[in-house]
Amino acid sequence: MTATSEPTGDLAASTSPATGDYRPPGRRVLRVGRVSWAWHPRGALVCAALVGVLAVVFVRALLSFDDYPMGTSDVLAVLLGGGDGGQRFVVFELRMPRALTGALVGAALGLAGAILQSLARNPLASPDTLGIGWGASVGAVAVIVLGGSAGGISGAVAQVGVPMGAAVGGLAAAVVVFGLSWRSGVQSNRLLLVGVATSLVCSNLVYWALTWTDLQDAARAQTWLTGSLHAADWDRVATATVALAVLLPLSLGAARVVFALGLGDDTARGLGVRVNGARLGLLVGAALLTCAATAAAGPITFVALAAPQIALRLCRTPQPPLLAATLLGGVLTLAADQVAAGLFAPTQLPVGIFTAILGAPFLMYLIVARHREGRL
Amino acid sequence: MTLADPAASPAAPGMARSFGSPRVRRPLGLAALVVLLALCVAAGVLFGSRTLAPAEVWAALTAPDGGEASTVVWSLRVPRTALGIVVGAALGAAGVLMQSHTRNPIAEPGLLGVSSGAALGVVLGVYLFGITELTGYIWLAIGAAGLTAAVVFAVASAGSRGPTPVTLVLAGAAMTALLTGCTSAIVLLDQASLEVYRFWRVGSLAGRPVEVLWQVLPFVAAGLALAVANAPGLNALALGDDVATSLGQRVRLTRAVGVLGVALLTGAAVAAAGPIAFLGLAAPHIARAVTGLDHRWLLPFATLLGACLILVADVIGRVIRGNGEVEVGIVLAVLGGPFFIVLIRRSRVIAS
Repeated sequence: MTATSEPTGDLAASTSPATGDYRPPGRRVLRVGRVSWAWHPRGALVCAALVGVLAVVFVRALLSFDDYPMGTSDVLAVLLGGGDGGQRFVVFELRMPRALTGALVGAALGLAGAILQSLARNPLASPDTLGIGWGASVGAVAVIVLGGSAGGISGAVAQVGVPMGAAVGGLAAAVVVFGLSWRSGVQSNRLLLVGVATSLVCSNLVYWALTWTDLQDAARAQTWLTGSLHAADWDRVATATVALAVLLPLSLGAARVVFALGLGDDTARGLGVRVNGARLGLLVGAALLTCAATAAAGPITFVALAAPQIALRLCRTPQPPLLAATLLGGVLTLAADQVAAGLFAPTQLPVGIFTAILGAPFLMYLIVARHREGRL
Repeated sequence: MTLADPAASPAAPGMARSFGSPRVRRPLGLAALVVLLALCVAAGVLFGSRTLAPAEVWAALTAPDGGEASTVVWSLRVPRTALGIVVGAALGAAGVLMQSHTRNPIAEPGLLGVSSGAALGVVLGVYLFGITELTGYIWLAIGAAGLTAAVVFAVASAGSRGPTPVTLVLAGAAMTALLTGCTSAIVLLDQASLEVYRFWRVGSLAGRPVEVLWQVLPFVAAGLALAVANAPGLNALALGDDVATSLGQRVRLTRAVGVLGVALLTGAAVAAAGPIAFLGLAAPHIARAVTGLDHRWLLPFATLLGACLILVADVIGRVIRGNGEVEVGIVLAVLGGPFFIVLIRRSRVIAS
């Protein structure tokens, strides 16, 4: 897979003639005795820079979102344990959960997108285009709507039920889409078309659920469906944290397998990867990441599509780099939320709408670029 | 991918064997379709949330006495069924035009974002100009539908090889996301627009006043006339632009007539009933299985079939209701999705 037309180095040039080891271009190997570790200097630099940007955007998030007058020094004082009750409430109960949710959700989406794009060997694959996002929405809305009349699933059930519903729905959609596009191998164009169809069916199931439930449940589901961080609280932070804490290390650990699969099944097999098992495991991981993000903030579209592609251009790797895509996802979501909140103040635009409006032209650009290369 | 691909109409050879030659099959099929439409209309008038015996309905139809039954039949069911015929016919014909002009078997107004464009046009009209008249909506919907169709086609066909099924559908999905995002943003900012938008978001034939039907009718009629005028030209275009030109076709004129037809038909249908997906996809495909590839037959078949399908979906929506009824747009999307997937899996050309 070469997602971009960027010069990625000659495959032959980086294959060691002695051992036949394939080494991705631009990588260095660090050896300590018998242990060796390949690393990518440019990627490491980009990741370090992204951590810095993420920190800046995060602090900026703690300063915005509402009219409560607080300067940087006030916020810093609160963070260090000072400040009065009002200030502490604003920072710890309103702004901090929202900023954390944004960063975590964005990170999960960026990672999920990077994995899926390597799996499908197509930069247009993302939880949005493959129907996983809408599948998760069907599950979550089903829990909200079927969980009893308005407010019936408050408390513990809501905390566990909505994420569980989202996970079941998203996983089911992922399995259905991959299963239906399987015909002696997954062909990525067929995968994309089946994904679009599944999205349409799922979105209409959600609209149907909204029309027959009572008004209060419909309103809650609707708020959730706009992909908003307004209502972020510590419960949602917990959902996203747990998912990311488990899945991020697993995914990064499997980075070599992701990369191998992105080279094509035969090559991956040659590199000693058990292709079908690895693909299924990674698919489930990416779907779960998407579901956790969707459960915490509703459908935030196009972050999963754009973050890996931008990260890939920054790092100049042949495939979406996992860690950089994760960090960039967090940066994009946090920044988009701040712009969306301030654009039409006092009306706060949900971040999901804003990313859709920004992300759709990016998808079109990718379609045009890929079409020009003759890959669609 | 051309429409001449046998995989796009897999049933054609089998049908040919079982129904004899096209000269017998086509008139016979058309007659059957007219009967089917009559049955669908009857179902549309007979079934409803209020249970009425067929005899009651018949009495209300033939001798309206101003009672409850005749009010239900004449002011609810008859206009709704009539609107269904008009909208379904418009979308069926628009589907044929889009599939033929894009030479793409999965082109369709809903899937390519044209319907979302029309919806945004309407919401923008309310938000920016405070338009409240249906005639205004229709013009806006038609203008926006035409513009969206042009943009999707341009994005999908950037490059030397023209649009492929995948680029078209993805460009359509991107356009849908963009336009729906803009619509949601406006609706959030402006209460009046929200009132209008709620009316449309799910495609429905219910609750539309009778005037809607009369105001939409001329636009659909004009669109159908353009489509009919377009049919011979489409037969030539199916052979490729160069061959069409050498056959004496004025290719650009044919294209312009087609795009105008799509805009009129889709715009009017969306203005009347909201975005309805998959109808414009399914009707031409089923029709093609009977008629083959001659557009002079394909067009009337798909038009009638579109009307039948939407009426059937509407009746299904009333029968399987939960608290209220299921809007026809939802029924069609849920039934049409699997149809679309089967289509993709059967066609080697689309997927490669």
